Amino acid sequence: MIQALRISAIAIACLMFVAGLAASIWAIAGNPLPESLPQLLSENMSRSGVEHPVTAVLLNFRSYDTLLEIGVLVIAGIAGISMAKTTSLEDPELRTSDSLLYALQRWFVPLMLVLAGYLLWAGADRPGGAFQAGAVLAATGVLMRLGGIPMEFIRPGLLLRLGLALGFTVFLLVALASAIGGDAFLAYPPAMAKTLIVVIESVLTLSIAMVLLALFVSAPVNDAEDPEEGGSS
Amino acid sequence: MTAPLLYALAGALLCGLGLFGLLCLSHLLRKLLAFNVMGSGVFLVMVGLPQHQGGPDPVPQALVLTGIVVAIAATALAVVLIRRYYHLSGLTTLDAEPTSREGGQE
Repeated sequence: MIQALRISAIAIACLMFVAGLAASIWAIAGNPLPESLPQLLSENMSRSGVEHPVTAVLLNFRSYDTLLEIGVLVIAGIAGISMAKTTSLEDPELRTSDSLLYALQRWFVPLMLVLAGYLLWAGADRPGGAFQAGAVLAATGVLMRLGGIPMEFIRPGLLLRLGLALGFTVFLLVALASAIGGDAFLAYPPAMAKTLIVVIESVLTLSIAMVLLALFVSAPVNDAEDPEEGGSS
Repeated sequence: MTAPLLYALAGALLCGLGLFGLLCLSHLLRKLLAFNVMGSGVFLVMVGLPQHQGGPDPVPQALVLTGIVVAIAATALAVVLIRRYYHLSGLTTLDAEPTSREGGQE
């Protein structure tokens, strides 16, 4: 009885929440915009160093968001690794050795690596970029892990930490360099914008892939009946 | 009433649905899924509403792209935490009633 009352109260509250949200969306949709963001963006596209508007926003006009994003990713990755049993991050026993998957991999892994590189490069003038490429790269890593290809670098150690922190560090260094050079924080010099964006996107791709892969590797696989984990507490 | 506005309103509905799930469901994985539904609703509002006003707008789209990556990382971290919690306590819910025990550590 109390349970039913509680659920219906929550349902009514949620319905009111939806109604309020929908009303505000309706009100915003009715008003014309004071100033058009797409127009402002297309006027400044020539200064961004890339041709695709979404990439220009991500890596140039609102690169602060992207910097914070990769910061969040690095923190999530480190927290994920520290939650796992450190030895289980890349355990030979945990690899499946399915021969079909292994055969498939020999075709797929090179193809996916090329695709990731293409997506990274395509970000300049069409949909694509660091996040898509990083996701494909991480998926390649997941496939390699499931198929039993040894990945030494995923062990907790210098290489893993370096890969996790690389994107954030390079991004922050570029931001600080322009700030020390007398410009605003994260303002690239227009002549070098394209080069800087490509460098940042490449290291971001690597770091995003490492974070996602580390989170995948540290999450599942070992048995629920594993006596070691949680047994000592 | 245009199609993008419909997307935005559907996003609001998804938000409410996710909030309801987050508050009502007790299993932690379901809570996490409900939270993700809520996040998807926010993304839908952010993409749909500017499109209604002046065609595709790259600025909110870039922000949503950032948001999706952060949401994936946060979800993965949550799964790691839930797993760890399950291993340590044998519970899949937050309220420690003996009836909610399901396997895990004895």
